[in-house]
Order: sequence, then structure tokens, then C-alpha cells
Amino acid sequence: MPLPDVTEKWSGSINEVVLGTGEGSITVGGQSTLPFLDFEGATPNKTIVAMEILDTAPTEWSEVTTDPFDGVMNDPVEWAQKCIEDYGAEMICVSLNGIHPDFGDLPAEHALKVVDSVANAIDVPLMIWGSGNADKDNTVMPLVAEALKGKNALLGSADEGNYKTLVAACQMAGHNIITESPCDINIAKQVNILVTDDGFPLDRIVMYPTTGALGYGFEYIYTIIERGRLAALSGDKMMSPPVICRVGPEVWRVKEATAPLADQPNWGDPSERGPMWESLTAGTLLMCGGDIMIMRHPQAVKNMKQLIGELMNVG
Amino acid sequence: MDVIGERINGMYTDIKKAIQVKDKGPVQETAQKQIEAGASVLDINVGPATTEKADAMVWLVEAVREVTDMTLAIDTASLAAMKAGLEAAGGSLIMNSSKGDAKSLDKFLPLAKEHNASIIILNINEEGVPSDVDNRVAISMFGLAKAMEYEVPIEHVIIDPIILPVNVAQDQPQKILDAISQIKTLSDPAPRMVCGLSNLSQKCSNPKLINRTFLAMCIANGMDMVIADATDKELMETIITSELLMNKSIYCDGYLEAYYA
Repeated sequence: MPLPDVTEKWSGSINEVVLGTGEGSITVGGQSTLPFLDFEGATPNKTIVAMEILDTAPTEWSEVTTDPFDGVMNDPVEWAQKCIEDYGAEMICVSLNGIHPDFGDLPAEHALKVVDSVANAIDVPLMIWGSGNADKDNTVMPLVAEALKGKNALLGSADEGNYKTLVAACQMAGHNIITESPCDINIAKQVNILVTDDGFPLDRIVMYPTTGALGYGFEYIYTIIERGRLAALSGDKMMSPPVICRVGPEVWRVKEATAPLADQPNWGDPSERGPMWESLTAGTLLMCGGDIMIMRHPQAVKNMKQLIGELMNVG
Repeated sequence: MDVIGERINGMYTDIKKAIQVKDKGPVQETAQKQIEAGASVLDINVGPATTEKADAMVWLVEAVREVTDMTLAIDTASLAAMKAGLEAAGGSLIMNSSKGDAKSLDKFLPLAKEHNASIIILNINEEGVPSDVDNRVAISMFGLAKAMEYEVPIEHVIIDPIILPVNVAQDQPQKILDAISQIKTLSDPAPRMVCGLSNLSQKCSNPKLINRTFLAMCIANGMDMVIADATDKELMETIITSELLMNKSIYCDGYLEAYYA
């Protein structure tokens, strides 16, 4: 008796999104299968690892994550170059923390100087996150978008309550946009509808479903991303943008990653434990469908790139 | 749910006239409208427009193929017109339809195999449309067995339980719902199921309301496809909402817009 064919036949696929320009551009998405099920469909593009830098030197990062960047964190350009040249970053993510009213309230000129100098110093695609303060971001991000015109960057983030300004800015300057939702698949879909209703092309959207760290409701995040992916593969166009995971910022604020040995003598050396926590978080997100990982520690970046490389070469 | 757009049918005066004077315009326009409204299959039926069924079918299929590669349902009881339509349409086909008796199935199933087409098998045999659930299931079972005999995969079999007018046979809708559930358990994978709704409300005063209410009930019992006018917005939104309630799509406040996107 022949074995029955149990492979799924999907009608949809994940959108391909091109980031950056020229030889340095990268395409993400495009899968017509769940992650790495190469017997069911194609995975034309691999998940990429972006490294995160800040516009101002961080004050609250654990030593484990500042040591690898010793001496460059006051200069975003040097920091970005170190990420690319020494640690293999495939994309640079600049978080504009310093413009937040509560964390420096630096003016738009500061942000423009940072993004402009970084953009001109690197060849890999660039991603810029606002500060998370809606009013400040709505003032600064349109200027950032304009300054980066022609770079085909990725800008975030648009959420259900605040999206129109960023959408218009990205549209005018030809960038891609990150749509954000608070661990809620219904809102994830709704934000994509709102953004496309404003005329923004669906194939320039990357979704950020709020990804969190291992140990903090992570299975819930996993199932949300997986369910979104199943919907996209079944033909739900509004769930078909690629998914971005903010691994570094989320992992490096939980105690499992950062607690010093003196506080947790049984948890092992934090210089190994932290990067491992980040690697495992990213590795798990890879299994449910993450297309872009924003990461922080060089060892975690290395682990992740190795894992992606090995999985892409299976079969 | 797949909506098979029913509007390209020679029983409608605009299509009838188009067939008679060989004017592709109205046919192609109707096709576009059905697709824009959400149809995923287009039914092609010459109807009473002419006695030259096979020729008219080929002309109609070719006119529609000029504007879409979408799946076409070749709708005719004539074997010759069916053959001609299948050949003209190339790939992506549904045969609509064969009766569920041996004589009809022996004629139509080899064609389904030859063209790799899906086939709608009606819940009707030499004795007519059964009035009870058991006989509906029995005819479907017979159709599935015949399909296997002709090596037509179950995924290509679509059962039509045949809906009777509610003002004539009011006990039937409920029996059809039971039959849908039972037929869905006949095999794994299950055959798909389709219904033509318009018969349900013939000569009733609220036909559209009756149709879409019953369709929601059918969807809850496992109906996969419906032959209907896709430009009936209330019907389409009933389908979209029913599928949402059956957890087949992801809820969001703009779920209706999302469907049309």
C-alpha cells in the first residue's frame, strides 16, 4: 500500500520585501511553507540578523553587552562599522532612544546627524526605530525619512493608535514600514489594514508582533506568529508581510540574561548565560517564522547566523 | 468558501443576447465584475440561448479565458458540450455536473480523469432527489466509490446535495444540513460540498434573506462552495462573517475590508 501524501498544499506565501539599495540590498520573506519544511514549499530568502545600536551611549546596558563595543558606543558610526566588520551584522538598527522626552529629549537635529552619518558610512540596509513617544516620533521621524530618501530603509513603528504620520513619511520618501501590535493577532491584522487603507503598499510592510524574551509568555508569542504564518500561507494577504523580532532589547532587560553571579550564584556565568538566553530566544523565534532578528550580543549573533546557515543547508 | 459566480449563464438576457450575436463585451464585463466581487470560480452555462450547445460553450469559454485564468465550472448536462468546454478552457476546471447514478457517472468521470478536472456529483439518481438523509448519503457514497474506480481523487469530488424550495418541501433544509455533516465524514480526505442556493427560495417573498441565512447554516455544517451571484454584497458578507465565526480567518475590526483587499 503506498504511503499517503500528507504534505500541506498552501495557496498563499509570505511577501518578499527588499531592504536597502544596490549590491547591499537584502530581500526577506517569500516563503511558501512553514519554516524549514522544504518538502512543502520554498524558502527563497534566509532570516537576517540585524544588530542594534543606539543614537546615544547606553547607560543601563549590562557589562556583558557593553564590553564587546568598548570605546565605540559614543560614536554611532564606529559602533555600526564594528557591528558589520567585526561581528557580521547583516543590517544595522538604530534606536533613537535619545530623542525620548524622558531619556534626553534631544532635538531632531541630533537624530538627523546620527542617521545621516551612519547611512553614509555603511553598505548594509538600515533600520530606524523612533523612541516610542508618539508626539516626539511624529515630529522627528518624517525628517529622518526625508533625510534617508533613496536609501530604501525600514522605519518603525506604526501602531493602531499612531500610524498616519509615519505612513505618509515612508510613502513620500520611499521607505519600508514596521507595523507594531501588542501581542495581539487581531490588532496585527488591523494595523496592516489601516496602513494599506492609507495607500501604503503591502509589500513594503514588515510586521512586529511584539516578541518578548524566553520565559515571559514566550509560548503565547510563538503561537501568535505561527498562527499568523498559517493564515498567510492559507491566503490571508493582510497577514503575509514578513515578521521582525526585537530580540536584543527584550532579552537584555530580563533578569535571566542580566543578573550578576553574586545575585544568582546557581545560574552560571552571566557572560555565557546572557548570550545563550538571547540565542535561544532568537532560535525559537526562527522556528515560528521570524524573518529579521534584531540582536545585541556578538556571541548570540554568531550562534544565530550559524544556526540559520545550517538550517538553510539541510536537504 | 469558494464562490462560484453564477452570472455567466444564457438564462440571463444580457448573456443570452451576447451569445446570440457573439458579442464578447457583456460576457467579459460580467466575468470581471464577479471576480472583483470575490468569486473564485466562474460558472459557464449556455442556458437556453441556443441549441448549438457545444459551439456556444466553446465561444463562451474562450471569451472568458481572454480575461482570466481563474477556475471555470463548465455547466452543462450535455456530454458533447462538456467535452468541448473542457478542451477550450485548458486547465483549472470543474465539471458541473453529473447525476449520481451509474449511467451518468460512467460517462462523466472518465472526462474528469482525462482533464484532471474536479467534478460536481449531484444528489440525484434514477429515482430522483431523495427526501431522506440516508439516501442522500448513500448516493454520495456511491459517487465516491465510482470516482475511486475511475481514479479521480477524492479531492476532485464535489457533492451537491440539491436544495429544494422551502415553500414546497419545508422539512428538507434541516435534512440537508444533517446530510452535509454526514457526507463530510464519509472519507478522509472528505469530498468538498457545493450548493446552488437559488432553488431554495423560488417564488418566496424574501429570497435573498432566505438564501443567505441558510448559507450561514450550511457553512456551519461544512459546506465548502456555493454557486451564487458574487455581486450580492449581503450574501458575500454573510459568507465572510460565517467563516470568521467558524475560526477560518483571523478576526480584526476591519475583517470585511481585509477580505476584499
